[in-house]
Amino acid sequence: MAEILTKSRARNIFYGGSIFFVAIFVALTVQSHRYVVQTSTSGMELSEAVIHGKHVWEKHSCINCHSLHGEGAYFAPEVGNVMTRWGTQDSPEDAFETLKAWMEAQPSGIEGRRQMPSYDLTDEDLRGLAEFLRWADQTDTQGWPPNDAG
Amino acid sequence: MKYQSQKVAYWYFLAAMALFGIQVLGGLLAGWVYVAPNFLSDLLPFNVIRMIHTNALIVWLLLGFFGAAYFLLPEEAEREIWSPKLAYLQLIILLVGTLGAVGSYLVGIHGGREFLEQPLWVKFGILVAALIFLLNVSMTVLAGRKTAITNVLLMGLWLLSLLWVFAFINPDNLSLDKMYWWFVVHLWVEATWELVMAAILAFLLLKLTGVDREVVEKWLYVIVATALFSGILGTGHHFYWIGLPGYWQWIGSIFSTLEVIPFFLMMSFAFVMVWKGRKNHPNKAALLWSLGCSTVAFFGAGVWGFLHTLHGVNFYSHGTQITAAHGHLAFFGAYVALNLAVFTYAMPMLQNRAPYNQVLNMASFWLMTGGMAFMTFVLTFAGTIQTHMQRVIGDYYMEVQDSLSVFYLMRFGAGAAVVIGALLFIYSMLVIRKDEVIAAGPVNQVPGE
Repeated sequence: MAEILTKSRARNIFYGGSIFFVAIFVALTVQSHRYVVQTSTSGMELSEAVIHGKHVWEKHSCINCHSLHGEGAYFAPEVGNVMTRWGTQDSPEDAFETLKAWMEAQPSGIEGRRQMPSYDLTDEDLRGLAEFLRWADQTDTQGWPPNDAG
Repeated sequence: MKYQSQKVAYWYFLAAMALFGIQVLGGLLAGWVYVAPNFLSDLLPFNVIRMIHTNALIVWLLLGFFGAAYFLLPEEAEREIWSPKLAYLQLIILLVGTLGAVGSYLVGIHGGREFLEQPLWVKFGILVAALIFLLNVSMTVLAGRKTAITNVLLMGLWLLSLLWVFAFINPDNLSLDKMYWWFVVHLWVEATWELVMAAILAFLLLKLTGVDREVVEKWLYVIVATALFSGILGTGHHFYWIGLPGYWQWIGSIFSTLEVIPFFLMMSFAFVMVWKGRKNHPNKAALLWSLGCSTVAFFGAGVWGFLHTLHGVNFYSHGTQITAAHGHLAFFGAYVALNLAVFTYAMPMLQNRAPYNQVLNMASFWLMTGGMAFMTFVLTFAGTIQTHMQRVIGDYYMEVQDSLSVFYLMRFGAGAAVVIGALLFIYSMLVIRKDEVIAAGPVNQVPGE
């Protein structure tokens, strides 16, 4: 073992193998990129409203309490399927109205309950956010989450 | 300290320890909000506290890596740092950026991609600082002795800096956003940072145990080979449920299972070197941190990572407290303990003194490690219950959270132990107590008496 695996051989295996795995990874990334655009997220148009909603989502750093497709802070509910949970996935108007009512009721102020801050959002922001969440919800996420509870 | 320019590392370590303090206090505060949700909710919402907790962690670990590089490269390359002035300039840029980021978070200015919330100007500052760093360390090594340790360390630092480019790439398509986001997050902590970790650990063990360099360096190449062979395609374990193709479930499961190997090897390497080594190094605390680092990294990153990495398991456990349990122990073992090992080893030399306060330092190791282990256990229990109630039975999120409150209370206690340990560690590094210093005895005036 000691004679077969010399330091220089170990080094060459490291460099050669790494390049090999990087090449595979890059090829799969290219394929995945196309799959996302053409298949898994193609069910709904990536409209101006959706993009605006994504910016609203980012500006207020919702990800540091909520999770989206299971990624985030786990301090507040999953929102990747919130539109399904609310039964508003198929109606942009219902989605907007429900989200608006929800946001305006925050913070609840209930003692002992996690508080969502109040955000000063315009109707355009709220409509965008609702569209963004509907867009996220229609993504083909391989059947995740297991149920509507998120 | 053989080379004058190694002194640069001292200021990096000081800055890192200050941020370490902020990070754990932020964590304690976040842990308290879990227990008492109304606490500070109007002034400082949870998302901002968490941002400070995670960002301070990342920045201080990076400062520690940079400092460690400036400390060990002169010894390895056998020459002074190319430009100490640039090294100080880099530190100033990073500190201004960090303070700027924390200040903006407190007034509500931040981005919205997890861990990459820094305002754009701070991101550019980090980029400039990284470029200065790469120039400086590369020029140092190019003109000096090249060893496996410098090769691997530089490769890790170059790659992690290049990957920072993906912090600027934020597609409008959420699934693409998430895919490229992982290029920074996963390929940092589960690939390039492992190169840095293995190289630094090899350096420490070389110094602490006195084992032959040939042996250490061969191990090093084998370890980093297994790290990249498993870690690159192991990225797939983050691609299961974010809108990417189904084949990632198999690639991710297989390769991320193999990610246990480099951590197992690092742990075996550390213990075998200590067994083989003949040197009786006076800095026992540095040895404890080095062995502790490799062991806790194996459990936190390796075992707890494997626990929920298979796609059949992850389908249910994804995004629960299981992830939080794994995240805490993995970061603590692999990167926090590594940095604290370097500080423990290097700070006495940088301060021109003997390794004082070792008992205090070792007490801080057990407090922090014990606290972290306990936190990991309670979060794992919480996560198991959450997975069952929410993902299997289908109870709603908030109802499930309410039934986990006892675990969050215990987690807060564990966090308090970690904070006390961290403060004790910083104290043991910086304060020299009088009874530690043993002055030379009086000179005998009359010979032959």
